[in-house]
Amino acid sequence: MSSKPKISIQDLTKVFYKKDNSVTALENISLNIEDGEFVCLVGPSGCGKTTLLRILAGLENQSSGEFTIEPGDEDRPSQSMVFQERGILPWMTVEENVAFGLEMRHLPKAIVKERTAYFLNKVGLGKFAKMYPNELSGGMKQRVSIARAFANDPEILLMDEPFGALDEQNKYILQEELLSIWSETKKTVLFITHSIDEALYLSDRVLLMSAQPGKIVAEMKIDLPRPRKLEDFRSNPEMASKFLAIWRHLQVEVQGSRL
Amino acid sequence: MRDIKDPIETEQQEWKKQQNQNRLKTWLTIFSPVCLLLVWEFLSQSGLIDARFFPPPTAIVSTFIELLTSGELFHHINISLFRIGFGFLLGVIPGILIGLCMGLYAPIRHFISPIIMALMPIPTIALLPIILIIFGIGEVSKVVTIAGSVFFPVVINTVAGVISIDSIYLDVAKNYGASRKDFFLKIALPGSLPVMLEGIQMGQAIALLTIVAAEMMGATSGIGYLIWTSYSAFLLKEMFVGLILISFFGYIFSLLLRGLQRKLVPWR
Repeated sequence: MSSKPKISIQDLTKVFYKKDNSVTALENISLNIEDGEFVCLVGPSGCGKTTLLRILAGLENQSSGEFTIEPGDEDRPSQSMVFQERGILPWMTVEENVAFGLEMRHLPKAIVKERTAYFLNKVGLGKFAKMYPNELSGGMKQRVSIARAFANDPEILLMDEPFGALDEQNKYILQEELLSIWSETKKTVLFITHSIDEALYLSDRVLLMSAQPGKIVAEMKIDLPRPRKLEDFRSNPEMASKFLAIWRHLQVEVQGSRL
Repeated sequence: MRDIKDPIETEQQEWKKQQNQNRLKTWLTIFSPVCLLLVWEFLSQSGLIDARFFPPPTAIVSTFIELLTSGELFHHINISLFRIGFGFLLGVIPGILIGLCMGLYAPIRHFISPIIMALMPIPTIALLPIILIIFGIGEVSKVVTIAGSVFFPVVINTVAGVISIDSIYLDVAKNYGASRKDFFLKIALPGSLPVMLEGIQMGQAIALLTIVAAEMMGATSGIGYLIWTSYSAFLLKEMFVGLILISFFGYIFSLLLRGLQRKLVPWR
């Protein structure tokens, strides 16, 4: 087994240049994420966590520094992103949306069909395959988005606050579902959220970010055994103290950025 | 004593009331044109308005049947539909293609849009003399006139349609590695389609306006010609037949396009 990290980021910096006041969104971010690790990045809004994810997703270029995603299987794309709620294409049916990544790679029809059907059923949308997104609820839309990313079978998964717009009950359900699919595939995941609870429940490791300039200021290992049940997680006193520790950290950050 | 009602019965009555109101609305919609025709007929027959200028609808209908049986009307309708059809396609197809190019490639957009902005306010009809000089008085000049007037709303709406595609969809395409061709067919085209179709709907309306005007000026046949010569010869019943035909075709065309819209944009 190689002990090389799956994602390694060195001194990544991103500056948004404006004539009068340039903003340093990310400053010298360095971090490693191991193969199969589920890492959550938590921080106040505007701390640059989405920028970091967009750079890894190839949607934005860094100003300096570099990152590598360790290649594995040749046929696999290096990364796929689960977008926020508006990220599924309204002119495609549920099925076409899930197949999107596979279609873009022009894989054989039979494989596309099989994998699409498999992940549609995994997220419980088998019956809704022929529907258009405007007929779906927010939770169902995010299931489509998750199925699309997993069906694409990338080296790593990037998730940009996928449950941010959902109501609380739906959020819990989708978190559990995500963990169950993830535990089957053991993908490396970088997950962005502003919810401390979500980060604690989902991840192996939580990274805390500060705003302006965006830096990683702390990290915390979460060694709660898996599979995790929401009930166990909730009643675990260690989690409560971790929550408070993160909250104290972020509180300073949020109030600091208000001044 | 409290009056205890069955809740289902209450709701049923409420529902019936709703149904009746909906039925009333449908009736009102059907009733209003019929009402207009009746008032017209009455005023014209009774001499309250001059029957020479506003012949009663029944007289127009009998003129319509006369023209229809003599075959004259078919000739005018055929030639007008031919001009509209070809002119429409000749305006819509380049409009969509140029619009998509402008929407997708900013340099092309910035290069072409001043020309379009400058030409757009000029009514194509005002260019008819030049068009007649270039293309002669044959069919080509009418088709070109219609194409010219249809082109602008289509191109402008297509550009607007492409530009208005939410940037998150562009991110999705990029993240999942869409090729240029896939991006064009799976993102740009369907994404701009709803707004583009509104432009085509507008183009259709403008095509009808233009055909009538074009046939009034440089033609010896067509519905516009029928209207104009009938008017010149003071055959107002014939003129009204022409006007009503235009209204009829306008209605049919927008129905057809709406049907097409439902086919092409099933996700709305």
